[in-house]
Amino acid sequence: MAFQEIKLYQTGTFVAGNRLLDPDQRSVQARTGRSNTLTSGHRACRGCGEALGARYVLDAAMRATDGRLVAVNSTGCLEVFSTPYPESSWQLPWLHSLFGNGPAVAAGVAAALKARGLDDVRVVGQAGDGGTVDIGFGCLSGMFERNDDVLFVCYDNEGYMNTGVQRSGATPPAASTANTKALGDQPGNVFGQGKSVPLIAMAHEIPYVATATVAELRDLEAKVEKAMTFRGARYLHVFVPCPLGWGADSADTIRLARLAKESGIFPVFEAEAGEVTAVSRIRRQVPVEDYLRPQRRYAHLFGDHPRPDLVARIQDRADRNIARFGLLPEGDE
Amino acid sequence: MDKPFAITLDVGTSRANKTGSWRTERAVYTNRMPPCNDACPAGEDIQSWLYEAEAGGDGYERAWRRIMDDNPFPAVMGRVCYHPCETACNRGQLDEAVGINSVERFVGDEAIRRGWTVSVDVPPTGQRVLVVGAGPSGLSAAYHLARRGHAVTIREAGPMAGGMMRFGIPRYRLSRDVLDAEVQRILDLGVELELDAKVTDLDTLRHDFDAVFLAVGAQLGRRAYIPAGSAAHVLDAVDLLRGVEEGERPLLGRRVAVYGGGNTAMDAARTARRLGASEAIVVYRRTQDRMPAHESELREAEDEGVLFKWLSTITQVDSGRLTIERMELDDSGFPQPTGELEELDADSLVLALGQETDLSLLDGVPGLVVQDGVVSVGADMMTGCPGVFAGGDMVPQERSVTVAIGHGKRAARHIDAWLSAEVPEPGVRPALATFDTLNTWYYSDAPRAHRPLLDRARRESSFDEVVLGHDEATALLEARRCLSCGNCFECDNCYGVCPDNAVIKLDQPGERYLIDLDYCKGCGICVAECPSGAIQMFPEQV
Amino acid sequence: MRSQVEGSQAVARAVTLCRPQVIAAYPISPQTHIVESLSDRVRTGELAGCEYLMVESEFGALSACIGASGAGARAYTATSSQGLLFMAEALFNASGLGLPIVMTLANRAIGAPINIWNDHSDSMAMRDSGWIQLFAESNQEAVDLHVQAFRLAESLSVPVMVCMDGFVLTHAFEEVDLPTQEQVDAFLPPLVPQQLLDPDDPVTIGAMVGPEAFTEVKYLMHVKQMAALDELPVIAAEFRAAFGRSSGGLVKPYRTDDAETVVVALGSVLGTIEDVVDTMRDEGHCVGALGITCFRPWPAAEVREALAHATRVVVVERAFAVGAGGIVGQNVRDATRGLPLEAYDVVAGLGGRPVTRASLRRLLDDVLAERLDPTALHFLDLDHALVQRELERSRHGHRPGPHAENMLRALGTVASGAYE
Repeated sequence: MAFQEIKLYQTGTFVAGNRLLDPDQRSVQARTGRSNTLTSGHRACRGCGEALGARYVLDAAMRATDGRLVAVNSTGCLEVFSTPYPESSWQLPWLHSLFGNGPAVAAGVAAALKARGLDDVRVVGQAGDGGTVDIGFGCLSGMFERNDDVLFVCYDNEGYMNTGVQRSGATPPAASTANTKALGDQPGNVFGQGKSVPLIAMAHEIPYVATATVAELRDLEAKVEKAMTFRGARYLHVFVPCPLGWGADSADTIRLARLAKESGIFPVFEAEAGEVTAVSRIRRQVPVEDYLRPQRRYAHLFGDHPRPDLVARIQDRADRNIARFGLLPEGDE
Repeated sequence: MDKPFAITLDVGTSRANKTGSWRTERAVYTNRMPPCNDACPAGEDIQSWLYEAEAGGDGYERAWRRIMDDNPFPAVMGRVCYHPCETACNRGQLDEAVGINSVERFVGDEAIRRGWTVSVDVPPTGQRVLVVGAGPSGLSAAYHLARRGHAVTIREAGPMAGGMMRFGIPRYRLSRDVLDAEVQRILDLGVELELDAKVTDLDTLRHDFDAVFLAVGAQLGRRAYIPAGSAAHVLDAVDLLRGVEEGERPLLGRRVAVYGGGNTAMDAARTARRLGASEAIVVYRRTQDRMPAHESELREAEDEGVLFKWLSTITQVDSGRLTIERMELDDSGFPQPTGELEELDADSLVLALGQETDLSLLDGVPGLVVQDGVVSVGADMMTGCPGVFAGGDMVPQERSVTVAIGHGKRAARHIDAWLSAEVPEPGVRPALATFDTLNTWYYSDAPRAHRPLLDRARRESSFDEVVLGHDEATALLEARRCLSCGNCFECDNCYGVCPDNAVIKLDQPGERYLIDLDYCKGCGICVAECPSGAIQMFPEQV
Repeated sequence: MRSQVEGSQAVARAVTLCRPQVIAAYPISPQTHIVESLSDRVRTGELAGCEYLMVESEFGALSACIGASGAGARAYTATSSQGLLFMAEALFNASGLGLPIVMTLANRAIGAPINIWNDHSDSMAMRDSGWIQLFAESNQEAVDLHVQAFRLAESLSVPVMVCMDGFVLTHAFEEVDLPTQEQVDAFLPPLVPQQLLDPDDPVTIGAMVGPEAFTEVKYLMHVKQMAALDELPVIAAEFRAAFGRSSGGLVKPYRTDDAETVVVALGSVLGTIEDVVDTMRDEGHCVGALGITCFRPWPAAEVREALAHATRVVVVERAFAVGAGGIVGQNVRDATRGLPLEAYDVVAGLGGRPVTRASLRRLLDDVLAERLDPTALHFLDLDHALVQRELERSRHGHRPGPHAENMLRALGTVASGAYE
């Protein structure tokens, strides 16, 4: 799908760069001249997937727009760790207003730029999953429906991490959070809740919708670049593991994102005008257990009183994604 | 703009906040020992020269020079080395080992084709070293000694240099043009070669030199007592191969039996086929999986129609006929006779039962210890006689061209140190880059390219090289299959994956990266996502 | 150009003349005619170079204005009542960020019970949101205040809310003198934003500020808003010079010079009050009126000066602080602290109830005769019998039910279900 074919090289498109590649074949992140839109000194936790995802996305967007970019940020970890007075980690024009209004603010920015005749300056709105799928959802849907010229990016770490790891509409079943603990017979977060904003975005039939993870840099960058070729509302949902909220080793951030995709629990795809146009197939399929085990939020599934029944239900969810999106490797369908 | 206080900030100001103070562990770029290097008997830095070759273009010459730092026979190696590197290669656990040997051959052949040479870049030391024997070990030692500025004289008993590379390995495995070219390159460094100059009295001669390296090899065929009729045609594999090399066409008859299970047995059988034998059969007392011959030799012999008779010993040789006793393996794997006899038609019998060394030249040299027919040496390759070193087939170790070349290199290093009365720095061997230290996700799926083989019909009728070389594109692809175990290959992953921009990418190729300790929080993502395991975490001193 | 026009149309025309670049609005009565008219004007090209966003909520409307203003555009929205409350979070944000957004607030009551008619509960609920609040007495003043509001907002980088009584003004046809485009262009220069999102000069807007500087940020915000007390009279004077009529300013004293009793009020009710003042003056009573045009920031000095010679001040306000009392009254007390006067808090005209001359006359007669308790909160035209009956009922019943329903039933109103 979004991968370039780079022949002959031992690592293909999997690594960030490789000295053997022509500079223009390297990922944006491999270049010394990358924007570092989110620069050093920010106060994100060690191993933060969101900090990584935000730099990936915005650096790619900066490249795609030749630096003519403005960002709007909803309240959340990303906003808090990047802009505590007197220090800002941003290196592009950036505006934070509120938790629930990011998409509307971004729409307003886009309208202003258009009214001012600055058609070359593009707008990225960004929020965590809380600011996207829950409190910001009304504004997001409005922005989609009006087809405002905004790329909205959700950095999905599956919960309200900034407030101390509570459940959001993006928290998966069986995950233990501060308000969905696995107490008594409770499985952690219950099954049968939550929503897929990428699919909802598709239902708006906006020009472009894509999902991505911090584990597949080139795929992510290609999607940002592609998103920037469209005018109108675009949505990118990036899976960003949270070492703190998930109870995972800080070194495992990318590995977990990879396992989420390779297990099928997080489908990576892109859609145009409401139709899925491409999927990122599984390369080395793993059972969901491989993904779940390194995370303390799922520890109750594997402890002294293991819950293979719940693991099986999570596997069912992955299998459904695999069937629904056709995620198996070519030839394995 | 006149910004509102506190609410509106200048960009990039967080760099004043040095988050490195959060760190409890730090990431450090390290080099682990790649398993290929670890396994190479010649001590080649394989990962390093593959790294150069991967670049293609000028990289081939850089690769060749890296090989030449350790081994003056890249093109020979690329044909006759049994490549323990490939056996050890981590990629074998992923799909199939990197075809290191084929890349080495390509690089070695490129050097010959383009006439790349090496030079002596140090002033003459004024010290003279005698090398006895112009086989792989002697030539290797001579080469390394010459490059270190010593005056080297090789005395060779035979008419040509090369030793077993010439007289043991048939030319269908090693083109003589290639051998000659690589030998000549050594001689071009100023090494003096005296042919047909057998050393018989070392004890006298050694005083004319500052040091001596003995590498006379093992060219005497080991004999076994087999009752033989008067008309029986029995000859030795070593003599057969040497004779063919010297232009003889020995009459072997239509059916040839070869006794033994080593590489020499394979060479003898395959040579017999080329000499016109319609049937060549290898008789071996154990089973196929226990035979010492290298698997590729066996496979190629089979391809060429060589037959095998396992679990068999020859008890009697008569004209046109052998008597064979069937063996069976006991619990410890040793073959034991069963008493069951059978007969096998054979016009001649070639014995390939191993080789021994003619040590007569050592008579009178004080301190030398000879045990089980070979000369004892220390870790520094020195014999019991100070200043006299030995290596190759005449010392107790596995016998192969590559091992011999490694001995030559090691001996040269120690001779050099001995001559300057220095203790050589002990080689530092970092921890092995085992498969589990790699993050293999990042490597593309890339099936191995195997070298093409000469048509079977031509293999039976000529001594042309059987295994052909890769073209450049294929060699390059194969080089790029290298996982670069334990060593950075500048994939930019660490630079890309750091959430804190705490990896600095240095601008010049080869300069790689630095960890910016001002901002590194010690999350370890760079370590986890380094494909080659070239970064490690170490606790901060608190 | 004078014309007989609906208040909403007049305001829409005035806003159009101010050349907003982004309008984001969500319909709510009684603001609808304004935003419908603006939509027409954008579509016909009368208002050129303007992006009109039909957002999904008032929260989205003001948020889009925040974005637009942050990106350097002149931004405008309009709302009422519940809509203003739905904007609450964004109101504080816009003022905190110092974004010069202008809003028309068509004043309307806040439910429950739901009520679409006029009072000032909405403005008053958001009086401390950091927005400047200007109250129009007439549609002419509403028009003029919008032109001044953009000038003020942009000169100080603060958001300004122009409050006009819902229905009473928005839907009233009056003669209005609408300025020309040239006049407005001359009075209102193009926006030069104090800060904006600019790729050529990037800044971070909307940082998180902790205890170490939050107080200072708020202090500076206060200072900036207080500066409007100096700026507004200047703008009003310039306006008078340019347009030939008085509009705006901080307060409007009416026959207060020798007045012993002054009625203080905001908005359209002032006209009625002035009529009553005129009548009573004719009868020899020393009464006057004080209109508050600028409620936020609170013009304490001007109010004090206007009331310096009065002995009684009657604050008639269309909102109140439930459980506390008058809101404007409290501010008047603050402004007149130490002066020898008695202040009366009178809540009037809630949820669209007319404030008639007769009621006001009765009120003032009571005040002059000292029949009114200055320490109590008074409700003009309160149906005392009705509330007494309801209070009595709730004293005896366990579940009296909602007061509103009960009272409507008692009044025999259709919606109460009394005819079921």
